[in-house]
Amino acid sequence: MPQLFPRRANALPTVTLFGALGGGLLLVAFVWYYLSPEFYEVGYAPEQPVPYSHALHAGQLGMDCRYCHNHVEQSPHANVPPTQTCMNCHGVVKTESAALLPVRESWATGVPIEWVKIHHVPDYAQFSHAAHVNVGVGCESCHGRIDQMEVVYQAEPLSMGWCLECHRQPEDHLRDPALVTQMGYLEQMTEADIQQNRERIEREGIKPPQNCSACHY
Amino acid sequence: MTLEDAPLVRGNLSFHDVTEMVAYHTEKKTPFGWYLAFGAALTALGILGLSVAYLVWNGPGVWGLTNPVFWGWAIVNFVWWVGIGHAGTLISAVLFLFRQRWRTSINRAAEAMTLFAVACALLFPTFHVGRVWVIYYTLPIPNQMAMWPQFKSPLLWDVFAVSIYGTVSLLFWYVGLIPDLATIRDRAVRAGRMLRAKILGFFALGWTGSNRHWRHYERAYLILAGLATPLVLSVHSVVSFDFAVSIIPGWHTTIFPPYFVAGAIFSGFAMVQTLLLVARKVYKLENLITLDHIEKMNIIILVTGTVVGFAYITEFFMAWYSGVEYEQYAFMNRATGPYWWAYWIMMSCNLIFPQLFWKKSWRRTIWLSMAISITTNIGMWFERFVITVTSLHRDFLPSSWDYYSATVWDLGMYIGSFGLFFTLFLLFLRFVPMVAIAEVKGVMPQADPHFYHGHGDGHAMPHELAQYQQDANVQTAGPAASDADDDGIPDDPNADDSNA
Repeated sequence: MPQLFPRRANALPTVTLFGALGGGLLLVAFVWYYLSPEFYEVGYAPEQPVPYSHALHAGQLGMDCRYCHNHVEQSPHANVPPTQTCMNCHGVVKTESAALLPVRESWATGVPIEWVKIHHVPDYAQFSHAAHVNVGVGCESCHGRIDQMEVVYQAEPLSMGWCLECHRQPEDHLRDPALVTQMGYLEQMTEADIQQNRERIEREGIKPPQNCSACHY
Repeated sequence: MTLEDAPLVRGNLSFHDVTEMVAYHTEKKTPFGWYLAFGAALTALGILGLSVAYLVWNGPGVWGLTNPVFWGWAIVNFVWWVGIGHAGTLISAVLFLFRQRWRTSINRAAEAMTLFAVACALLFPTFHVGRVWVIYYTLPIPNQMAMWPQFKSPLLWDVFAVSIYGTVSLLFWYVGLIPDLATIRDRAVRAGRMLRAKILGFFALGWTGSNRHWRHYERAYLILAGLATPLVLSVHSVVSFDFAVSIIPGWHTTIFPPYFVAGAIFSGFAMVQTLLLVARKVYKLENLITLDHIEKMNIIILVTGTVVGFAYITEFFMAWYSGVEYEQYAFMNRATGPYWWAYWIMMSCNLIFPQLFWKKSWRRTIWLSMAISITTNIGMWFERFVITVTSLHRDFLPSSWDYYSATVWDLGMYIGSFGLFFTLFLLFLRFVPMVAIAEVKGVMPQADPHFYHGHGDGHAMPHELAQYQQDANVQTAGPAASDADDDGIPDDPNADDSNA
């Protein structure tokens, strides 16, 4: 009986084996990297109706975060400031600026500015800013160095695994609640701070919940 | 002559005859009847596609589910199909371990039936969830949610049980197929059909039938049979845990695991019987799948049917004996409540009809075997219906009693699952040897090393050799002997079935 397959078909088992192994590894790597929120969420920076610069206001001018986001210590929701807040200054500062035209229009007509939301957590996950800020989770832990952002982008994945990471090891992220809005704190954090955090967690009974009903009700 | 030493292959066939008989059906021009059947199966498959699409788009509310009866036809059909699949593995694995040589001519079709039944079964747990697109949450995959499935749930065990069962069954079936694929590959080469030969040659994995190949093959087959046997018992036990671990009266019963397995074998054998009674007729395999095979399967149906009947009576007894009013009510409700008809269909089909097989001539009657195989599958569908629905529709709180009736979309899924099953089964019949050629040859008298040598003393009498040569000439020269009374034994009065 003649040979059905050429001699090079002998390579088929090896190719199949390595193909399956390599392909499997590639698939895992692909899914791990490209399908994670770290890839497709982090860095999201849509164009805003007003070219608002956090780098200018919070960075160079040194405004405290809570001047504009003034409900962050009381409310689950950290508000986006209304046009009124902008006009507090821009009623007299840069009144002719073309970039600020939408703000003045909004002020004149009463139609709110349609800011584009960047940090989306689905509606079935309930998040409270107040609960975190008051216990000493700094703004930069979750939002990154806002004071250096010309345009705000999402700095962290906001995935559930990322949330739980901190809820399981809060000492790596906590700080004195008086310093929550201080930018650049994390870079200077030392082992002594972490030890202090541990003691504070013990003393104040801070228990970051890891159960379903904490966020998903 | 007892049933045990009746010849497994009738008609004084030679090795070549068996190959011809089976391989021919994969090589001939596709008959018109096959297209008709395939068309019908594809139509039903279309109904499945429509039902699934409608279901996923609109949600499970299109089914007849109500608040107390949250498991309806989908779960009934799931358990039913999984149960059907169990006979295939039982035939190929358990009977192999018990050295039941009669399994050889039915195991290929039975294993194929297992695979296709498992495919149909998997449809239902997949689509009865409200959000099928997140069903991968049931798999323990590391993910960005840092979330893991709940390993305490029998529904999760179902995921593992059925997927492992499907995988092992596929491997078992495929390993068994390799020598036969090599046979039809070689026939394709001889016929000059090189594309066919290459496709078959790819799947035959270079099988040459060498001694070394066979040694590995037998060992692999034995290991797979050894692995598949506890699987058969555990998979349907796991399926029974879906009910038995709950607190519902009528579900919370420790008898479920063995009783479900017995029911699975019962319904599975009935399905094998239904399919093979038709296949042996259509494909003229009466000499390979003989009346003795049918009788043996009927005996298993009788035994497992009796076990199932025993379980029904035990359940009823335990309900009374427990003194728990909820359980007593659950069983009274089954027999006399709004679903009394389902209960009595179940009782008559499963407990009463198979008892006819105590009579030898009845269990050797083709039409009766066919009838009872069908009533068995109806009865076993109703068994799952009775367990699932009657326990749910009336339980602890009378304020949450309700009646459940299926909608056209429940029906569409069920009919559609037959479409999937028969589409796959017809493809199998058309393209794959439906009888394990190599294994059947192994149980033929010619495979006995002493066949040519008299009674095992190594010395054939000259007249014995002459007789064998004469037989061989008759076999290869003329057409197969006629068999007018359809008992699997040729009419030729001179034919010697024992071949000793």
